[in-house]
Amino acid sequence: MKAKVHVTLKEGVLDPQGKAIRHALGDLGFDGVDKVRQGKFIELDIAETDKDAAAAQVEDMCKKLLANTVIENYSIELE
Amino acid sequence: MKSAVIVFPGSNCDRDLAVAIEKITGTAPTMVWHGDRDFADVDFIGIPGGFSYGDYLRSGAIATRSPVMAEVGRRAAAGVKVFGVCNGFQILTEAGLLPGALMRNAGLKFICKDLYLKVETNKTAFTNAYTTDEVIRIPVAHHDGNYFADDATLDALEANGQVAFRYCDRNGNVDDAANPNGSQRNIAGITNAAGNVLGMMPHPERMIERALGGDDGRRLFESVLNTLETA
Repeated sequence: MKAKVHVTLKEGVLDPQGKAIRHALGDLGFDGVDKVRQGKFIELDIAETDKDAAAAQVEDMCKKLLANTVIENYSIELE
Repeated sequence: MKSAVIVFPGSNCDRDLAVAIEKITGTAPTMVWHGDRDFADVDFIGIPGGFSYGDYLRSGAIATRSPVMAEVGRRAAAGVKVFGVCNGFQILTEAGLLPGALMRNAGLKFICKDLYLKVETNKTAFTNAYTTDEVIRIPVAHHDGNYFADDATLDALEANGQVAFRYCDRNGNVDDAANPNGSQRNIAGITNAAGNVLGMMPHPERMIERALGGDDGRRLFESVLNTLETA
């Protein structure tokens, strides 16, 4: 099974890289971009075939390593 | 004083820290490799600066899950003094031994220069040889030194006297102009609630004698000596 994890900064946490990207987009003439938030995308191939068990496993991975829940949120998609 | 310095793949301040400890305490630390699950009994554990595991995923994230850090966590819980500098501070927050997180500098640039710090309290095991409100000069060298914690955590840190150092100007003014990296409330270093774990972004081990440009970092190690001798 494939798990796709998105890790993003929590609302309210300053994202200077997102800000820099927004400025650069403006410099390229892409007007009208109010806000950019930058994050990470992590793709995992996992042996577990049961969807619920896989979801629980990946959730545990997010809490223990893939995300720092002090500053980051995560979301999981399974295929 | 018996001490240990933890070495990860990518640590690059481990020797500086070891030299500082040996010069100031008179005894060389044991160097402990990240894969070791156990090491000699010590009074003081240093987590050095550098780029452990290439800063992959997040600064300090992978180091935190290495075998030696489980043992460091047990020692910290037992009251052993633990000092993390720069990447060591990032590792201690990732490990949950200190609250908050270190994020990318607000200006996005790597900062490498001497800065002024205000000693917020000398009532810690790591700062008792300083004077409260004293201004000291210590270098920083980091890309991810932007200290973040939510307001409740910050308030608790302040209320408990856990803020050890803040960035300031040479006259001791703590303001935005003196904040190099966007850290909340100019925080440069904090202790845990029990007071036996300190993390800080600046490098006191690089300022231990005049030949290095200053010796303001020396008293941090002397403070630990004082603490252990009077314990």
